[in-house]
Amino acid sequence: MSLLTDSIAGLLTSFTRIVTGAKARWIGCAPADIQRIYFGNHSSHADFMLIWASLPAPLRAKTRPVAGADYWEKGRIRQFIIHRVLRGVLVERGRADGSADPIDTMAAALEAGDSLILFPEGTRNTTDEILLPFKSGLYRLALRRPDVEMVPVWMDNLRRVLPKGEPVPVPLLCSVSFGAPLRVGQGEEKDAFLARARQALLDLAGLARSG
Amino acid sequence: MDQHTLWITAGIAGILVFASVVGACLKFLLARGAPHPVIDNLNARVKAWWMMVIVIGLALFAGKTGVIVLFAFVSLMALREYITIAPTRRGDHWALVLSFFVVLPFQYGLIWIEWYGMYSIFIPVYAFLVLPILASIPGDTRDFLQRSATIQWGLMVSVFCISHVPALLTLGIPGYEGRNAFLIVFLILVVQLSDVLQYVWGKLLGRTKIAPELSPSKTVEGFVGGVASAVAIGTALYWMTPFSIGEAALVSLAITLMGFLGGLVMSAIKRDRGVKDWGAMIEGHGGMLDRLDSVCFSAPIFFHIVRYWWTP
Repeated sequence: MSLLTDSIAGLLTSFTRIVTGAKARWIGCAPADIQRIYFGNHSSHADFMLIWASLPAPLRAKTRPVAGADYWEKGRIRQFIIHRVLRGVLVERGRADGSADPIDTMAAALEAGDSLILFPEGTRNTTDEILLPFKSGLYRLALRRPDVEMVPVWMDNLRRVLPKGEPVPVPLLCSVSFGAPLRVGQGEEKDAFLARARQALLDLAGLARSG
Repeated sequence: MDQHTLWITAGIAGILVFASVVGACLKFLLARGAPHPVIDNLNARVKAWWMMVIVIGLALFAGKTGVIVLFAFVSLMALREYITIAPTRRGDHWALVLSFFVVLPFQYGLIWIEWYGMYSIFIPVYAFLVLPILASIPGDTRDFLQRSATIQWGLMVSVFCISHVPALLTLGIPGYEGRNAFLIVFLILVVQLSDVLQYVWGKLLGRTKIAPELSPSKTVEGFVGGVASAVAIGTALYWMTPFSIGEAALVSLAITLMGFLGGLVMSAIKRDRGVKDWGAMIEGHGGMLDRLDSVCFSAPIFFHIVRYWWTP
């Protein structure tokens, strides 16, 4: 990383922390320097910025957000931020024939030794539901790399700070809670694993709310 | 620095040095340096008091602009804590944007230009009418009355009430020119000491719970002892106010009672929302609103008492 991208990353991190007032709460694990997949609830564009900004700086340098290519490849500023500043892993959503399989792209990033931030709901949750059903990606990635631990991350209030489609954020206090890591079990079925991962996130939401 | 400023600065510093020494002694003699939740919390609180006193002191020395900027920031933090735990919906987004970015700075701007006729009605008239209008536009009617009232009450407590602290600087009291900052010191000192002394008396003698459903830690003994001793202190501080000794006692009684009742109301809101503290901004104390709940309720009453009886 260059001085320019470092300082932009620093600015974005401070800005996110000030606007969201978020403090990271490590409930189920410690912020250790090991390879992880952080999976969180997705309700706003600022979600991965918030997880990213909540990580200690040394971990942040080795953690890459997974983001939708359709949004981030539009325009030079977005491209600069996602590629150079955040080192995002871009995947095609609703891909056409011939484009890369998102799981291959994410697995390649894991092979390089980086951690990932991803949102297994697949899309931003704009409904009244607390958490949408998970897509199968998390399970397929877990099968590919069963050695990497998966950490649930619950973000509270971010949807109220910046609802989908609104340009101006409201400066409410958010919280970011990191839960106990989980791994796919021997021969665990897709639906069972996804239900377990989703429940881990919902349990964390309950813990986060009760303080 | 004039003599009165010197006395009050020395007095407050003396209390804090005393509290710090007591805290350090407890830590080393009673807890022997080991972690102890009650003593550690006490020391965290004393440390936070040093910070708060220094910040308020610097703002007062900086003059009107300093005080207004400080309390605008206090209001921002308080409103942020309030709305964070308040039940609003997506349709309230623009009402919230307006509250934070227009109503709050505008209210403090009105105080800065000392337009009493406007700052005393701007929020309860204009903001209270415009906010529900904005919330109705997206067409989401679910819990509409509750949502509207929630935001209105948040602005009332966090912005309108708190803004009456710097507004004390705008009162023209004959024979008291240039000394209005002492009114702010008097209000904050008496109300906050009442909180602290209620806690101390409650810990020493507290038997009978005064409002178990609202606040299990408040007792009749703590309430009576705290209010009585805070009124005694307020009476003894009459020399820094435009009040006579008897008037200082009555005014102190009014603001400590309002402060106590304000604490109960804000506790009721916390209970309803299922949280223990408003936030975690001030170490040992909780959030901004945990420290200021009593000032919120006493500031406008104090302001209007002084304005009605002491200004022409």
